Amino acid sequence: MTKHFRAPLAGLAAVAIAAWLPMPAAAFPDQPVNYIIPFDPGGESDISARFQQPHFAEITGQDLIIQYLPGAGGASAWSGLNDYEGDGYTIMGTNLPHIVLQPLLQDPGYDTDDIVNVYIFHFTPDALIVRADSPYETLEDFIEAANEAPGALTASGSGTNSANDVANQLFENETGAVVTYIPYSGTAPSVTALLGGETDAAWGYTTVAAAQGDQVRTLAVAMEERHPNFPDVPTFRELGYDIVGGAYRGIAVPDGTPEERRQELSDIIAEINANPDFIAQMEEAGFAMIDVPYAEAADWMDERKAFYAEIAEQLAAGR
Amino acid sequence: MDMLGFLGEALSARNLMFALLGVIGGTVIGALPGLSATMAIAVMVPFTFALEPASGLIMLGAIYTGAIYGGAFAAILVNTPGTPSAIATTFDGYPMARRGDGDLAVTIATIASVVGGLIGGLLLLTLSPMLAQVALRFGSTEYFWLAVLGLTLIAVLSEGNLVKGLMGGCLGLLLSMVGVAVVGGDVRFTFGQRELLGGIGIIPALIGLYCIPVLIDMVARPGQHLEAPPAGRGFRLLEAAGIAIRDFWNLIRSSLIGTVVGILPGAGGSIASLVSYSEARRTAKNQAEYGKGAPGGLLSTESANNATVGGGFIPTLVLGIPGTPPDAVILGALLVQGIRTGPALFETQGSIVYTFIFGLLIATVLMLPVGLLIGRYAFRFIVATPKALLVPLIAFMTVLGSFAVHNHPSDVFVMVALGVVGWLLNRAGYGPSPIVLGLVLGQIAEQGFVRAWMIGGARGDFMGQLIVNRPISWAIVALILLTVCLPLLKTLRNRRMKEAS
Repeated sequence: MTKHFRAPLAGLAAVAIAAWLPMPAAAFPDQPVNYIIPFDPGGESDISARFQQPHFAEITGQDLIIQYLPGAGGASAWSGLNDYEGDGYTIMGTNLPHIVLQPLLQDPGYDTDDIVNVYIFHFTPDALIVRADSPYETLEDFIEAANEAPGALTASGSGTNSANDVANQLFENETGAVVTYIPYSGTAPSVTALLGGETDAAWGYTTVAAAQGDQVRTLAVAMEERHPNFPDVPTFRELGYDIVGGAYRGIAVPDGTPEERRQELSDIIAEINANPDFIAQMEEAGFAMIDVPYAEAADWMDERKAFYAEIAEQLAAGR
Repeated sequence: MDMLGFLGEALSARNLMFALLGVIGGTVIGALPGLSATMAIAVMVPFTFALEPASGLIMLGAIYTGAIYGGAFAAILVNTPGTPSAIATTFDGYPMARRGDGDLAVTIATIASVVGGLIGGLLLLTLSPMLAQVALRFGSTEYFWLAVLGLTLIAVLSEGNLVKGLMGGCLGLLLSMVGVAVVGGDVRFTFGQRELLGGIGIIPALIGLYCIPVLIDMVARPGQHLEAPPAGRGFRLLEAAGIAIRDFWNLIRSSLIGTVVGILPGAGGSIASLVSYSEARRTAKNQAEYGKGAPGGLLSTESANNATVGGGFIPTLVLGIPGTPPDAVILGALLVQGIRTGPALFETQGSIVYTFIFGLLIATVLMLPVGLLIGRYAFRFIVATPKALLVPLIAFMTVLGSFAVHNHPSDVFVMVALGVVGWLLNRAGYGPSPIVLGLVLGQIAEQGFVRAWMIGGARGDFMGQLIVNRPISWAIVALILLTVCLPLLKTLRNRRMKEAS
């Protein structure tokens, strides 16, 4: 119903109007849509799907049914994506850098290009976080301490070859500091390690910073501009380091899905992503919105692939 | 509102109904191997958005505590832990059922679960902010030693056959290494099978190693699976209560261990019940009976695993760090409802939090009648159903349960393969428990050690990181030494006395 809707930020009013328009007969979707999350329930992918769920129902009149298919850091689900029927009623969450790094560093059973992304809707910007009582007041304090004793400072994060691992590598590349990255089995134990003093800092996201509140101090976030929920936290760019990124999330469809359906799904997600209430909810939880619709998704992926390929080599060489 | 007001709110007809429904649903799901509390809670989360936050939370908490308790049924009646938390319940529960005391075992498990759940819940109610600090004091080093303490149980469980027990444990450790390593990212022992990248799942392994040999055994052996009780025998509630009261300290100690282990993110019910079992056995007067159907073993494991429920909510609510996987789902539900967790939660959202905690306590109490009734039905069902029906039914559940973990057939293959291997090893005298202990604890031990090594390396003080500067580790290592050395000393003394006489 909002086929021509492409520029979400320019069209907030249009959405409000569009929501009132009656649904054309036999429009897609006319039955519930299955939304497969390649991770366990309770993580960031699940939470953002839960936020999207009611808006999807409001726009389409159909339910969005969330299912979980965890395993091998998402690879179990992605390697089976193209086996589903491509009728538009099965969509799957995709995550970067996972879908780029996994095929580069292991043999996960799929190639990055096998995955048809129809929309990338937000990212959780990397954030360097320390305890509230940490001696490092600013990013410069931290870098100075790291330079005094290269490798002696530790930063916890979730997993090896993960977004947090990439963030640490980027940080080292940009600042020249050497920080020992300590991988944990998830965000919860990584944050616990930070709060308990086992590590000096944690690579997390703005979502982590939002969840931990006063217990932590965020030294910098990897965004182009400051996060609306953290107006006092500088970006790495402001401080002179070109680090922008984090863990990106979107949805993909089986490769048998017709072009028309891909576009329709992209339009629906665009509409959700432009809803001011939705944006407010997401930003309060620490997410940062981006909009990469289906038409731009392939180019955007090529750009990210080139970016991560270099990092992947460094990560592989570092071990 | 004061505390009595919150209690009254939790006792409202609506909240009581949600607690009751949650406990019933949770108990049934927990009793079916493979269907986990995490999945049950995830399925119910969208429905709770339509409810008052406190009511929704009460239902989720009731499902959680019911599922942890329900895991005992399958452990006792068919030697298969319904949830990983019930692994140690098989040690004494199944031998009790085999000698005709299945009904008593179920009732003991019910009493222990209620007591454990209440102690965990009361500590959550009263000491949360203080106890949350425990989660922060436990570093990678302590997880490593805790896993080693759990592994010492192998020696305890395979008394008289230590070599076979240790070999089983090593097989389990090898199995735990399969897949992509969390620390280091290297791909190990997958033999090119991408299905193995995620590792060997604990639930398919549990079902395969414990349940398949029992199934084969049921087919191979004439007669009923379990002896029918004499007609007119009731719940044996008084008998069970008597046992629980006589073993009062075991119950309290196990509940406290359960609460503390529950607080640790990344430990959970299986470790809590293993550690408390080890402690219960070490301090018991009738040590020799443990593993052969000692009610004390059952009391310790079931009180400990239900105590982890309350314990797990402590870091979830106070620190915003989920103590267990079901807590992570509940934390997500809180976030979507706009409730921020953290130290201020008890002040800003006091009415929701306290109503929820009282609701959780009420749900725990409700487990007594609900559990006794469901347990009696489950026991009668297993006893009365002819084997020709029971075996295919359980076989079907094993496939369903292992498929449900990831909705993927590869877990079913793992289950069947480990089942056949487990049966063959059983015949050769290798029990399933050492293998399972290796599998469950291997990851925790490995990650804990490697991280201690990395952090110690970065700071140039590995031994300090591993043990020297870690008082909590001293205590755990002391327990390890006690567990390993006391039986050795006892054997030596017995031998000397024999020689003297």
